[in-house]
Amino acid sequence: MNLTLKIWRQKNASDKGKMVDYSVSDISPDMSFLEMLDVLNEQLIEQGEQPVAFDHDCREGICGMCSLYINGEAHGPDRGVTTCQLHMRMFKDGDTITIEPFRATAFPVIKDLVVDRSAFDRVQHAGGFISVNTSGNTIDANAIPVNKHDADDAFAAATCIGCGACVASCKNSSAMLFVGAKVSQFALLPQGQVEATDRVLNMVKQMDEEGFGNCTNTGACEVECPKGISLENIARMNREYLKAAFKG
Amino acid sequence: MALDSKIPQGPIADKWTNYKNHINLVNPANKRLIDVIVVGTGLAGGSAAATLAELGYNVKAFCFQDSPRRAHSIAAQGGINAAKNYQGDGDSTYRLFYDTVKGGDYRSREANVYRLAEVSANIIDQCVAQGVPFAREYGGLLDNRSFGGVLVSRTFYAAGQTGQQLLLGAYSAMNRQIGRGKIKMYNRHEMLDVVIVDGKARGIITRNLITGEIERHSAHAVVLGTGGYGNVFFLSTNAMGSNVTAAWKAHKRGAYFANPCYTQIHPTCIPVSGDHQSKLTLMSESLRNDGRIWVPKHMKDVEAIRAGQLKPTQIAEEDRDYYLERRYPAFGNLVPRDVASRAAKERCDAGYGVNATGEAVYLDFASAIQRYGKEQAHIKGLDENDAALVKKLGQEVVRVKYGNLFQMYEKIVDQNPYETPMMIYPAVHYTMGGIWVDYNLMTTVPGLYAIGEANFSDHGANRLGASALMQGLADGYFVLPYTIGDYLADDIRTGPISTDTKEFEEAEKNVKDRIASLINNNGSHSVDYFHKKLGKIMWNKVGMSRNEKGLKEAIEEISTLRKEFWADVKVPGTADEYNEELAKAGRVADFLELGELFAKDALHRTESCGGHFREESVEEDGPQKGEAKRDDENFTYVAAWEYKGEPKDAVLHKEDLEFKDIELKQRSYK
Amino acid sequence: MSGILNSSIGRKFAMALSAFFLMIFLLQHFAINILSVFSADAFNEASHFMGTFWAVQYLLQPVLIFGVIFHFVMGFVLEIKNNKARQISYAKNNGAANSSWMSRNMIWSGLAILAFIVLHFIDFWIPEINTKYIVGDMSGMHNGEFRYFHELVEKFHSPLRVGAYVVAFVFLALHLLHGFNSAFQSVGANNKYTKGLKTFSKIYAIGIPAGFIFIALFHHLTGH
Repeated sequence: MNLTLKIWRQKNASDKGKMVDYSVSDISPDMSFLEMLDVLNEQLIEQGEQPVAFDHDCREGICGMCSLYINGEAHGPDRGVTTCQLHMRMFKDGDTITIEPFRATAFPVIKDLVVDRSAFDRVQHAGGFISVNTSGNTIDANAIPVNKHDADDAFAAATCIGCGACVASCKNSSAMLFVGAKVSQFALLPQGQVEATDRVLNMVKQMDEEGFGNCTNTGACEVECPKGISLENIARMNREYLKAAFKG
Repeated sequence: MALDSKIPQGPIADKWTNYKNHINLVNPANKRLIDVIVVGTGLAGGSAAATLAELGYNVKAFCFQDSPRRAHSIAAQGGINAAKNYQGDGDSTYRLFYDTVKGGDYRSREANVYRLAEVSANIIDQCVAQGVPFAREYGGLLDNRSFGGVLVSRTFYAAGQTGQQLLLGAYSAMNRQIGRGKIKMYNRHEMLDVVIVDGKARGIITRNLITGEIERHSAHAVVLGTGGYGNVFFLSTNAMGSNVTAAWKAHKRGAYFANPCYTQIHPTCIPVSGDHQSKLTLMSESLRNDGRIWVPKHMKDVEAIRAGQLKPTQIAEEDRDYYLERRYPAFGNLVPRDVASRAAKERCDAGYGVNATGEAVYLDFASAIQRYGKEQAHIKGLDENDAALVKKLGQEVVRVKYGNLFQMYEKIVDQNPYETPMMIYPAVHYTMGGIWVDYNLMTTVPGLYAIGEANFSDHGANRLGASALMQGLADGYFVLPYTIGDYLADDIRTGPISTDTKEFEEAEKNVKDRIASLINNNGSHSVDYFHKKLGKIMWNKVGMSRNEKGLKEAIEEISTLRKEFWADVKVPGTADEYNEELAKAGRVADFLELGELFAKDALHRTESCGGHFREESVEEDGPQKGEAKRDDENFTYVAAWEYKGEPKDAVLHKEDLEFKDIELKQRSYK
Repeated sequence: MSGILNSSIGRKFAMALSAFFLMIFLLQHFAINILSVFSADAFNEASHFMGTFWAVQYLLQPVLIFGVIFHFVMGFVLEIKNNKARQISYAKNNGAANSSWMSRNMIWSGLAILAFIVLHFIDFWIPEINTKYIVGDMSGMHNGEFRYFHELVEKFHSPLRVGAYVVAFVFLALHLLHGFNSAFQSVGANNKYTKGLKTFSKIYAIGIPAGFIFIALFHHLTGH
């Protein structure tokens, strides 16, 4: 396949940045999207140009490091995948592909397609944990049975890989799916109940301070989420939050 | 220097408890005066950083990713072992210990493995308390599955992403301490040297990957949880960024590197599809619970499949060779990884590989789908003879168990594994070798510790499935936080370590000079060009089966390639900016040294053991004919290499392995 | 509880509460208006009751006005905040791939409805208030009979006004098609009833505005 790529280039955080056109040829449909970018970068290095910087690590769709807004969608046109698992067979010979960084005020660009998602970490520092010290004598793992349905829902919420596609896809750059998933995971487990009130208040406060937008329930996040995290998690967070807020 | 493993005296079951009762402790007020650096934030590093901070130490944690949560532990799929015996199938600490030592082909240290088995149950308790959502049964209790090389179900799991859930648990424990200010987290920082002051590890030099700034960080002790070095093969299941640099710098500063040639080649990975490939993807070992591995019995069928004239589903049952079930009736498809990998290679080398490259075998779920489908039909009171219904019900069960893996396979290969068997082939996955550590997990450099995959200690020559997560968390949560106190107890009056010393200056200068020489090299080939070449040499000559001739060639070729690299590598951009090529160049430069030591170690070990298979050392006859042959008389030791300049000059030190509680015998899975 | 309106979820919740109130009001408004199609007398009776009963006039009416203003002001505040959350927009954005037009354009359908409400106030509400509280005529009578039905029919003579009404109610339908469910999601109601609720929301979101359009067209075309 031969392709035209329109890629956002930005030297560093203070550079203004612009879209630049490139072309690549002999792309195999079996390549992943990032392998296609590898080809481009090899080509750029050979020509003495700066390769395109993009985040990536595990390349098997689980670490959440890769991002990219491809042809107007987070992680590109396929569903249930991250960019590293997006394969070139989703595109046709002669296509023009627009590649941009995830955009949000809370995710400033570091270089080219690399953005800073540490806002997510800071939301987690505010309460994304259960306060239990490490010791050899916490209670036996089977001491508290957990309803399978709740355990499965908690797991489904916990599958979030923290890639930020929800924020990137949301017209409001809202992080509610991400935060909702974390709040839900703990809210659904008995171990998480003890700190439930403080957790949701603190995490939402931090989320707001990071400059994420407000959720208007468009549902774009759920569609673009590579792990299919459900909007139910946002509703659950809303419940948890309201409960906590009215409790004082 | 003679190697002292510092194994405590006494019966194996009491060693750890007695030891803990007698080591030095640091009182809580003094812990506040002590800094600890933790490099790497995977299961080992993350759990260690969190626990040390809980104890009161000031922790500085470093990772090269943009968040600690992205460390490659996250990619572990299948599960984590623990001797809980929840299934009542006869599991015990001793049995987990025994299985692990046997699985490691009797090349691990007994005392360490016993301790690992002992704390395994605590890990599950701890993780559940942290909110890790393990799979549960309808009664609300934890579920288990079985893994290769054992006869009990002791593996806890969270669908096909146990690693992620455990890492998020450790990450959440870290978050709590970061929020409290007890951990200072440095994301997007890469460690480029260890600083030794008066013979003790007292700090590290890092590069800020965003700004390119070279920074000095000091502490009273340095812990490396920096993972394995499988990427020396270029293609592996490791993450793109996984590297040996931290471990290698430690090695160059005096830490011995143990058993570098012990590499795990995982049997169930998606086969290579072309030269463009940047990494390989694992399909969890848990699939072997339900998948049956086979190739066609007849060459004509193999040819027809390759030509696209025949589909695997069209081959009759009697024309299939379920070679693992044939060769190893007791363990069948659940033999350990090294055995399964070699068996696949044997079939493919004999010409029975089922894809265009001839390097793939089938992993077939048809019988499992039938079995589960019938079971479900029976439970629901439906017609067990309705083939379409049974298939549908069976596929549902398989989807619940392995849905995400099947989806991943379909995305990559573009075939539906519910309808046609998966194609799999072995790939580099894990490195049992690593930095040599004593019972305290301290390297040969005082104050420098190595935990998790970065050290060599617990898996011998082959690691059993679901044991890496166990070891990483055992080291980080339950072992290191105790043993490091014994060392730090002497440091309560030391005060803060200054970074304005000649040692820091010298280390920083080294790092800067090396970066400058890479940047100013103006060569003609990219970093990946050399990395791919190194990978080819490693895979072809130091891969799944090794021989003297190939290894000698490999040593020469790697040495030449290294010279070429330094003469001809091209690193674009500058040192003081975000520059991934520069970061990669530094890592590949270290792989080019490690690769040679790796081959040297493989050459010296003329026996076959675990993942290390020497073609010269196989059973010639008897029931085990053709199986790997160990040489206990000459090789029951850990090979720890001391750095002396060039890899070829490395000096071998031996730690003799004593087996007091387990009898050494032929590892049989027949 | 303090500062709940300063949090993103609190604002969402308030937005949803005002929306619920407005949706109930809309239903009640429709119920009275539709009477005009069947019986002028019944419509007059109901209108007179609503226009003069103290609880409606002094309790519900201020709440309604507050609700409308709150909903709009908060809508604008959120829109401004949300725009700030992404200062550089995408060169290429395929919103249609993952969300409905309605959900992405609530501000525009909202503005159209606001414009309509201004027109509506000028048409009905301001003259009403003028007659009742400035002139002081609480009788509701004109030339010896109730004036409400008459006023209604008169307004719908102009094809321009009817056209504007139709357009406005189309926008209201679009607003409701997203807003109805969205309000439930915002208050945290997303459960096994959500699927049924979605069907109901479609009926409400299309049915009520279509009913209003029908009323306008009915009077316009029949002339009484």
